Amino acid sequence: MPDGSASNVSGTLPGRPGFPGQPDHHHRGRRARSPRWWRTLKSTPGMALIALGIVVAWAVVVFLTPLIAPYDPLGQSSATLIGPGLHHLFGTDELGRDVFSRVIWGARVTIPYSVLVVVISVAIGLVFGGVAGYFGGWVDGVLMRLVDFVFSFPSIILALVIAAALGPSLRNAVLAIVVVSWPTYARVARSLVLSAMHSDFVTAARLLGPSSIRAMAVDVLPNVLGPMVVYATLGLGDAMLTLASLSFLGLGSQPPTAEWGSMISGAEQYFDKWWLALFPGLAIVSVVFALNILGDRLRDVLDPRLLTS
Amino acid sequence: MSDAPGITGRQRYGRVERVWLGSKLLAFWQHHGLVRMVVQRTFALVILGFGISVVAFVLTHLVPGDPVAAELGQRAAHIPAVRKAYEARYGLDKPLPVQYEIYVSSLLHGDLGQSQLTRRPVATDLEQFVPASIELGLLAMGIAVATALPLGLIAAVRRGSALDSALNVVSLFGISTPSFWVGLIGLFLVSFEFGLVPGSGRLSPGALPPPHVTGMYTIDSLLVGDFATFGDALHHLILPAVVLAIGLFGMLQRFTRSAVLEVIHNDYITAARAKGLPAPRILVRYTLRAAWTPILTLSGLEFASLMSGSVLVETVFAYPGVGRYASQTALNLDIAAIAGVSIFVAVVYVVTNFVVDILYAVIDPRVRLG
Repeated sequence: MPDGSASNVSGTLPGRPGFPGQPDHHHRGRRARSPRWWRTLKSTPGMALIALGIVVAWAVVVFLTPLIAPYDPLGQSSATLIGPGLHHLFGTDELGRDVFSRVIWGARVTIPYSVLVVVISVAIGLVFGGVAGYFGGWVDGVLMRLVDFVFSFPSIILALVIAAALGPSLRNAVLAIVVVSWPTYARVARSLVLSAMHSDFVTAARLLGPSSIRAMAVDVLPNVLGPMVVYATLGLGDAMLTLASLSFLGLGSQPPTAEWGSMISGAEQYFDKWWLALFPGLAIVSVVFALNILGDRLRDVLDPRLLTS
Repeated sequence: MSDAPGITGRQRYGRVERVWLGSKLLAFWQHHGLVRMVVQRTFALVILGFGISVVAFVLTHLVPGDPVAAELGQRAAHIPAVRKAYEARYGLDKPLPVQYEIYVSSLLHGDLGQSQLTRRPVATDLEQFVPASIELGLLAMGIAVATALPLGLIAAVRRGSALDSALNVVSLFGISTPSFWVGLIGLFLVSFEFGLVPGSGRLSPGALPPPHVTGMYTIDSLLVGDFATFGDALHHLILPAVVLAIGLFGMLQRFTRSAVLEVIHNDYITAARAKGLPAPRILVRYTLRAAWTPILTLSGLEFASLMSGSVLVETVFAYPGVGRYASQTALNLDIAAIAGVSIFVAVVYVVTNFVVDILYAVIDPRVRLG
């Protein structure tokens, strides 16, 4: 794989002109024929803005959870398996717990822990990739073989093995996902460092004779961080999916904690009670979908290579 | 690999024939990129294999917990003679490097240890579960490729159109949705509400599997001309395969689109158009061919992951493949089985990568000669 995981590879979004500030001659004829609602939709920044809204909304939910959730996420009652209604917006589960409150509280598990996964993985990836790219030679060789090695397992299987060997818990699931996800960032960081190192201004700065660490921090790092943000945004969605998957399998967050993946896992036995699985799933999809759209958009803005095509 | 200046072949090898052979080999090495690549990749493969075996060894031998107690039970493990006999039987009383040696030699003989969950050799378990995963994976891959390639191409050609945007949303949805959730929803709608397909397993209860040839029920039943069993097996396969294909479609469609966009504005495409070649011919012969390499890489990686089973989808559909075996054994801390699955999966990955790299060189002369 060239660099990064498959989900990092994307095209462009609707509404993005071929060149900034230039009329898009390529599609003018086609656009004139498209329906009016479509033109309105396209002229607004549309999807990216909606995506940003969704992400901000979830961030608010994470911070204000107790104010938003009407019930205790662990509070059981005799009103079990009630369908969605006025009192229980998303219905109740087999123990009479309010599904809406559990989805809201679930955001406090999945979102912060996924952010933690990505922050740690990016940090490790930056250090390893940066060192490999900067020093090259055998250091590069050894580090990249290590990366190849981790890549030779499908991430979910490797995470499964690690989480199982360490024992099922949220903390170990986070650890397992870090182990499987840092190599992606290391590869990206390495290629970014390599291309930054070959630019003239870095060569000029290095001629002044600063220490390796200083040259890295002052000249190379700023050129690496921007693109890394894009990969981190796209990686955050992946981290959430993996975390929810491990919890679904019983290797992440443990009951009775309200977590989206384990809620869906609990719904498996009652799958005719559709609301139990539907709403936590929609929560996952909405965040990951929004993050992927934002990541795509950021990438379009930051990646000049795509603009010239 | 080139000889240092000033050292003649005679000085280096001493015998004229060997110089001749050496220079021939060197020339062969330099002019056959494909051979060079195969040799280099084989070397990397050996190193990787060593790494995998070390990890599996660490996993099976050093994971916290008492293997003797796990295997024999607490009571028996407390009898010193029994413990001693067990340790001697499995070489657990020897130093770690020796234990590693024993482990690798048994691996090379196809002995992956015994599963505590199924009480059978892990190799036997894999033999049963792997064909099921391959069958499911092939069908899912087929569905995904057959839809994603043309739609990715169309999206790139009609870039910015409503169709492109709609496909973009569909693909994003595909990669943003947890497969276990789609599986459950699918199970509820398709299987429970409408009763269109059976819910779980590989065959209907009571149905006998076809005689074992490949272990893939669809192919085995066709081989003996048993169309009823074939239909039954396919009926069980279709929903999990479609669920798997949704995520794959998302990745492949986006990938194809951007790969085609990278090349579609190249001069040689313009030249082909200027020559008046028909558009479909340009798309397939010129554009898609150039975009083929990255698509092949992704397909290869996905294929490898499908061959080793999809943990989540197989779990949801209670489909007895490698993925479900992996998650069940992992949950039960069946270390030998997990290590066995890891080794199998890593081997599949490495071999697939190897094949993809070779195909690369065959398709793209730049890879071969560069």
